[in-house]
Amino acid sequence: MDAKQIIAKRVALELKDGQLVNLGIGLPTMVADYLPEGIEVVLQSENGMIGMGHLVDGEHNRNFTNAGGHSVSILPYAACFDSAFSFSLIRGGHVDCTVLGTLEVDQHGNIANYMIPGKMVPGMGGAMDLVTGSKKVIVVTTHTDKNGNSKIIKQCKLPLTGVECCDLIVTELAVMEVTPKGLKLLEIADNTTVEEVIAKTEASLILADTIGKFSTN
Amino acid sequence: MPKSKLTSIEDFKKLLKDDMTIMIGGFMTDGTPEQLIDAVLESGVKNLTLINNDGGYPERGIGKLISNGQVKTLIASHVGLNPTVAKLMNAGALELILVPQGTLAEQIRAKGAGLGGVLTPTGLGTLVQEGKQVIEVDGKKYILEKPMKADLAIVEATYADTFGNGVNIGTTRNFNPLMALAADVVVMGTYEVREPGKVDPSSVTIHGVLVDYLVEIVEA
Repeated sequence: MDAKQIIAKRVALELKDGQLVNLGIGLPTMVADYLPEGIEVVLQSENGMIGMGHLVDGEHNRNFTNAGGHSVSILPYAACFDSAFSFSLIRGGHVDCTVLGTLEVDQHGNIANYMIPGKMVPGMGGAMDLVTGSKKVIVVTTHTDKNGNSKIIKQCKLPLTGVECCDLIVTELAVMEVTPKGLKLLEIADNTTVEEVIAKTEASLILADTIGKFSTN
Repeated sequence: MPKSKLTSIEDFKKLLKDDMTIMIGGFMTDGTPEQLIDAVLESGVKNLTLINNDGGYPERGIGKLISNGQVKTLIASHVGLNPTVAKLMNAGALELILVPQGTLAEQIRAKGAGLGGVLTPTGLGTLVQEGKQVIEVDGKKYILEKPMKADLAIVEATYADTFGNGVNIGTTRNFNPLMALAADVVVMGTYEVREPGKVDPSSVTIHGVLVDYLVEIVEA
């Protein structure tokens, strides 16, 4: 599996049967493909739907789309609504878990994923509401950028999407929990070592008493 | 029986003026009445302030108006799929005001519902908070976000009766019902016009009482 697949498969283990879940566009969307046997979650899409199915290729169906504007299938229990209701679900704490990609994430659980001043300003879309209202916020990212710099840093430098809002960070190398004492290393990938993870992480890591391993196959 | 609100695209164009603030329904152009966007394009009105969930695409939805230089200010939550927005912004030709999506929905809803604003935790400690009042309620902090209004709302219904009772199928609903409440004048594009009595009252998503003009459009 490549890094994205490894991350998606590991995040899927965090989701519990029957949860209402919002998956961001891109890597987070892949999580739905790796749900373990017997685990079914209800997907919420912030443009106004619960009960979203899979991406549908071919001719664009404008009546049923995801938040990226891509056509999707709908499940038999699907329901549609307006944007105010959609964000009442999100902000109001009705969404059990959200999975988001990021530009930066730090050891305090701060996340920055909506702009690089002067370079790129895609906007926050629904992300600021999602990190504010979801019961659990999981951030997914490759452990390092293409130049080998750690993406898990001591302090975000980019404009923040949310302050101290992340609960869990999952990369292709590690699973880290944001705790009041700092970032705790819970698990490492089965193809790495604790030493390698520490070396590739700018943030300070607290080691869990027992560090588990997760599959890369 | 109230009079039919059916209007031609040519008459719709007469409502358009320079410097207007226009809310446009739709999410990544789905739920945006494309033919009415084309009419705004053809009218050539400029210096517009547009309020939309996003920036559309350069060749589709409100992105067309941005590409054509008719927009002075864009208020949106996400513009990542329209690179023209960044280009114009960096050239100083477009002002972009980014608003969290849920906050945008609530600001529009607040105006439509006659509220003085909404208190939201979204954006606390971020750039979104800058220049805004923070209010503490029962020990929790919230940003005061003010109501948002427009001169004109351009919304879409999948089908509607001639009184303007519209139904949105699926995810085309998004901001459409909210915007219909928050603008001085509301124009609704619809793909199928029905006689009164032919729209189930319980299915109505955009209420005819809010709609001033109804325009029959085709998918473009």
